[in-house]
Amino acid sequence: MSDVADRVRKIVVEHLGVEEDKVVEGASFIDDLGADSLDTVELVMAFEEEFGIEIPDDAAETIQSFGDAVKFISAAQ
Amino acid sequence: MFDLTGKNVLLTGASGGIGGAIAHALHDAGATIALSGTRVEPLEALAAELERAHVLPCNLSDADAVNALPKQAVEAMGSVDILVNNAGITRDNIFMRMSEEEWSSVLEVNLTSTMRLCKGAIRGMMKSRWGRIINISSVVGATGNPGQANYAASKAGMVGMSKSIAYEVASRGITVNCIAPGFITTPMTEKLTDDQKSSILNNVPAGRMGEAAEIGAAVLYLASPEAAYITGTTLHVNGGMAML
Repeated sequence: MSDVADRVRKIVVEHLGVEEDKVVEGASFIDDLGADSLDTVELVMAFEEEFGIEIPDDAAETIQSFGDAVKFISAAQ
Repeated sequence: MFDLTGKNVLLTGASGGIGGAIAHALHDAGATIALSGTRVEPLEALAAELERAHVLPCNLSDADAVNALPKQAVEAMGSVDILVNNAGITRDNIFMRMSEEEWSSVLEVNLTSTMRLCKGAIRGMMKSRWGRIINISSVVGATGNPGQANYAASKAGMVGMSKSIAYEVASRGITVNCIAPGFITTPMTEKLTDDQKSSILNNVPAGRMGEAAEIGAAVLYLASPEAAYITGTTLHVNGGMAML
């Protein structure tokens, strides 16, 4: 879990250019971290690559926050 | 100007007259090209004329095959930097006799497969922050044409779709444009009778049919690094037949 969270956090920090301590459990990519809707698509693409998983479009739409991403990826692995 | 060295192209409808001219124009500018189409033989023949070409046959009415095509192109070339949706079919009939099958088969191949290929290709373009999508529409999409309600709808649909995608991906260095050819000399238009040809040419101020190479040149321009600030537009190549 923590390993997944660290790797997800690293991707979010790199992609959105935000401070690491802003990337907390409930942080919404769009509302709290300044992402636009295309950024969320790119984040999902980056997660797929990092973790070698496929995230279908309907699941991708439910990944709105850092916590959502960690939860989804942990379950998918 | 217009140097495409190192760029990889996925081109559909490559076995047709206009497709071949597009392939030559982009290849001569330095690009590597994945040639797609339904008929393998003409694709192989075209590939033999080019130094850097791959043949990827695909039936555009098969959703799974279409969705797999961008991945196959990436496997063959390493990336898809330029996507040219040139494939198109016609199933002409007067509207009151047009069957649902005639309607949906044209929409499926001309519009829906374009949507699928755009989606598949944009992933990699977003990552590399560079991409060119050129959708080959038609003058008929803007003017209408009796007997072609399905074809005209599919070609007009391409324009609206391209503009919407252009909005969404502009910030990622990806441009999405259409080219709308008028009457172009191809094996398809060769079948017209002299009477048909002269009545068409009455409406073309240039007084002649266009050459496929003139469409290739327009594609090359929109694919080039120099056209980075052009997106969401339709370039009409029709000898003045419709000044839009």
